[in-house]
Amino acid sequence: MHIFSKALILTAVLGLAACTNGGRFGNGAGDGYGSGANGGVSGGVLPGSANDPASPAYFNQTVGDRVFFAVDQSTLSAQAQATLDGQAQWLMTNNDYLAVIEGHADEQGTREYNIALGARRANATMEYLISKGIAPNRLRFVSYGKERPVEVCASEACYSKNRRAVTVISMGMGS
Amino acid sequence: MKQLMALCLALLAVVALPAASQAQNGPLRIEITEGTIEPMAYAVPDFVAETPGASQYAQQLARVVADDLSGTGLFREIPREAHISRVTSFEAPVQFADWRAINALVLLTGSVAEQGGRITVKFRVWDVFSGTELGQGMQFAATADGWRRLSHKVADQVYTRLTGESGYFDSRVVFVSESGPKDQRAKRLAIMDYDGANVQYLTDSRSIVLAPRFSPSGDRVLYTSYETGEPRIHVLNVGSVRSQILQNGGGVMSFAPRFSPDGSRVVYSVTSGSNTDIYLMELASGATRQLTFTPSIETAPSFSPDGSRIVFESDRSGTQQLYIMSAAGGEATRISFGQGRYGTPVWSPRGDLIAFTKQLSGRFHIGVMRTDGSEERLLTASPLDEGPTWAPNGRVIMFSRETLGAQGTSSLYSVDVAGRKLTRVRTPDGASDPAWGPLQ
Repeated sequence: MHIFSKALILTAVLGLAACTNGGRFGNGAGDGYGSGANGGVSGGVLPGSANDPASPAYFNQTVGDRVFFAVDQSTLSAQAQATLDGQAQWLMTNNDYLAVIEGHADEQGTREYNIALGARRANATMEYLISKGIAPNRLRFVSYGKERPVEVCASEACYSKNRRAVTVISMGMGS
Repeated sequence: MKQLMALCLALLAVVALPAASQAQNGPLRIEITEGTIEPMAYAVPDFVAETPGASQYAQQLARVVADDLSGTGLFREIPREAHISRVTSFEAPVQFADWRAINALVLLTGSVAEQGGRITVKFRVWDVFSGTELGQGMQFAATADGWRRLSHKVADQVYTRLTGESGYFDSRVVFVSESGPKDQRAKRLAIMDYDGANVQYLTDSRSIVLAPRFSPSGDRVLYTSYETGEPRIHVLNVGSVRSQILQNGGGVMSFAPRFSPDGSRVVYSVTSGSNTDIYLMELASGATRQLTFTPSIETAPSFSPDGSRIVFESDRSGTQQLYIMSAAGGEATRISFGQGRYGTPVWSPRGDLIAFTKQLSGRFHIGVMRTDGSEERLLTASPLDEGPTWAPNGRVIMFSRETLGAQGTSSLYSVDVAGRKLTRVRTPDGASDPAWGPLQ
């Protein structure tokens, strides 16, 4: 009994530690936005490249399109809030973009619960962006539970990257 | 595919055969208990082929019957190499001394005939030591492509005569067939015989599909699909293989559906903001009703067999735990109090037990407890077991087991409620989220 509870606490502590240390900003590599579309031109910032502050690539890589969560939690850490402050600022500047916030869980949970947990994370992210002035009608969320991991190893290093909310932006209709 | 689905319905005329000798119900009986059981020894020689076209089935039929019976852990087959007698005529007297000599308690004899694409199977069950027939001989007929069902029918009869309980072999399981690595997994709905044979696909893999659930009669399947971009409940007609969204009027995300025991209602979860609650829908009218009102996650609802109560999971206490409420909603009673987290409760069709997934110290278990939460027993342990479903007789549980890491895959396993016999169910690809259908 005692061993079990200690192990549980240890697991939880490790989870928190992994969440608050490092791995903060998704590197966004391979997201396939913009970069390289007009490759080969030298000098100046390519429109749409990661160096163009108005590009989706800039949002995904430089601002950071994702925030991470502790095991079974949906509270936003200080670092997550900092990332979301950047997202909110970007969305304010680029107000023709809409965003879908995708909530995810690691595989260490049951399928239905993880869908609900992913929704909590996505909703917490969305509410934060709204609190920073983003119009609610530009935002919606969906949860994928544990169906779409980005890392497949069976260690906390991977699980911590899978417990995430990703802000996926797209050009809106008109407005 | 429609024709494939229809084949199984084309079969089955059941006829009782006249008694071969002095028919009487012997005392031979194996009691299904939760303690240790010495499996009952039985012999099943190849069936007798009555027509030339039947010879290909004579051995296969007997093998499937033996797989069914031995797969329960309640029965042990005496290998055919040990047999002394050969059964060459279904009507000839049984040489009981030869079967006693190899310590078979039960002998199963059968014959098979083929005519015009239909096969007919006859069988008798014998109490070897008393030299009497157990119950009456019977015959089943089916189209040739349904031959495995004939074996399952025979095995169900033998199981019932020896245990006094209904069987589960002539049943099907709907599940999610999986292919590809964990980070690009393709999922589609599939249906199979309980033993993994005759897999047929019900959807393609364009959208994520999750957690199919049979209707009580097996004619419909509820499942969750991301076809519209969000998880939504769909209902699929098994006969026509057509599906449609179950319009529920609630939030955008709906999932974790299950039929009521009479098939007229569906209980499910709807997410609104950060909150997930349980709702009930009358299928005839489409009327919905919210059953839970807490700000926490309430999901995975499952009806009691009489339809009066619902068991579900909630994290209102801080972690996932199991609760029971009236099917009309209202106050819920917590039933899980052990260490760890409890989810995916499913009420046994016998009414006595609730199966669940338990997470403790980084391990997952399939377990059962009584409906008041007492007598918890864990039946399995692995890095990731989840999603139990009950055999129609409430004696066996099937579930998913996922192996971890980059090469991890999901497979189906079954285990009896005593935890004695764990069996991997062979499927062509990866498989998860099984839901056991009714005995056919």
